[in-house]
Amino acid sequence: MPAVHDRGGVPFDKPIEKSDHPIQDWEVRIDGLRAVLARKGLLKTDEMRRAIEALPREKYESIEYYAKWAEAVEAILVEKGLVSKADLDRRMKGQTR
Amino acid sequence: MAAQTSTKFKAGDRVRVSSREHKGHHRTPWYVKGKSGVVVKAHGAYTNPESLAYGGSGEPAVQLYLVQFRQKDLWTSYGGPDSDNLCVDIFEHWLEPA
Amino acid sequence: MASKHHGNDHHGHDHDGHGHDHESPKAHQGMSKDQELSYYALRVKALESALVEKGICTPDEVTRAVAEMETRTPADGARVVARAWLYPKFRRRLMTDSKTAIKEMGYDLAGGLPDLVVVENTEETHHVVVCTLCSCYPRWLLGRPPDWYKSLAYRSRVVVDPRGVLKEFGLELPPSMQLKVLDSTAEVRYMVIPRRPRGTYAMGEAELAKLVTRDSMIGVAEALMPEGVKA
Repeated sequence: MPAVHDRGGVPFDKPIEKSDHPIQDWEVRIDGLRAVLARKGLLKTDEMRRAIEALPREKYESIEYYAKWAEAVEAILVEKGLVSKADLDRRMKGQTR
Repeated sequence: MAAQTSTKFKAGDRVRVSSREHKGHHRTPWYVKGKSGVVVKAHGAYTNPESLAYGGSGEPAVQLYLVQFRQKDLWTSYGGPDSDNLCVDIFEHWLEPA
Repeated sequence: MASKHHGNDHHGHDHDGHGHDHESPKAHQGMSKDQELSYYALRVKALESALVEKGICTPDEVTRAVAEMETRTPADGARVVARAWLYPKFRRRLMTDSKTAIKEMGYDLAGGLPDLVVVENTEETHHVVVCTLCSCYPRWLLGRPPDWYKSLAYRSRVVVDPRGVLKEFGLELPPSMQLKVLDSTAEVRYMVIPRRPRGTYAMGEAELAKLVTRDSMIGVAEALMPEGVKA
């Protein structure tokens, strides 16, 4: 079976949904954050892709596009020791909606 | 800066995509592996994503080619005309002369 | 090769010395879509705040990067297409050395950006672009890609049944036309010059640009017909 991201010709029983969803603040933010990190040489597009490709199939096939980016940015930054999961979890607990 | 490497292929050459297994990050889609096509364009040398993805420098740069395949050669069930084709950018180290 | 990253609570990420995360708040099995979106909204906030606190970036830098991204829209690509329709020499330059041609129009393509190859639809050949492996798209000229372009359904079907996909978008090609799919798998990005519609011979660049849609530059549609002209 092809790797999770290698989708050409892989049957996927959903019609092509042609409407765009209005982009959310957090999606715009992770898009910008990725660009800044890339410019600073801290995160390569190839590293992002590699991290996205390592997502478990169920997750890859269900979460939103920018959610994959968030996962990948986190994974690479954790790998490089720039952030820690524990710290991110703590910050999330301390946040309000 | 990408190193200058000489090109192994040129437009018009028939090539075959390797069907070797590669578990790490690479940019050759499964559906062209083992298939034969024709080089349409030699794009020049690009840093290697297979190294960049793991923190490598991507050097030495690798020649990249736009390779054209007949759709009927890619898919047994292809329903369109014989003339329909599909082009993919493939790195030199994934190509052999066909 | 690097270890595979598992997004949920598996081992493998001791790089920061903090050990294993046995209880990740990311219990994706059973999360509703709303919960998923809330989770990521908070996670991205947490990521940014962690990076800002460590002095790795500032909120302002992120805001500026966002603003930069928003300056590019399909209207930019449309201007390029309109010029290509009007000036054969420009079109040739665009198709052989796109960076130079686009720079002529005032787009400052700083180094490090992916290369752009522009292809043209003709009476004989129609092109359609995809990135089956992720979502590669000429963002710095056309802005963000549409959701459908990034969808698993499009990525999967347009390579094996491109005529079927085009039909879903309302475009049916005769069998006499050749359909060429371009899968952007590396650092080259592709953009399509759709065929210039009939009845536009008197139109100037700005008017012509209005006929060029994002979808026509991806290849799932033709350019719009000018008002009052039958297709």
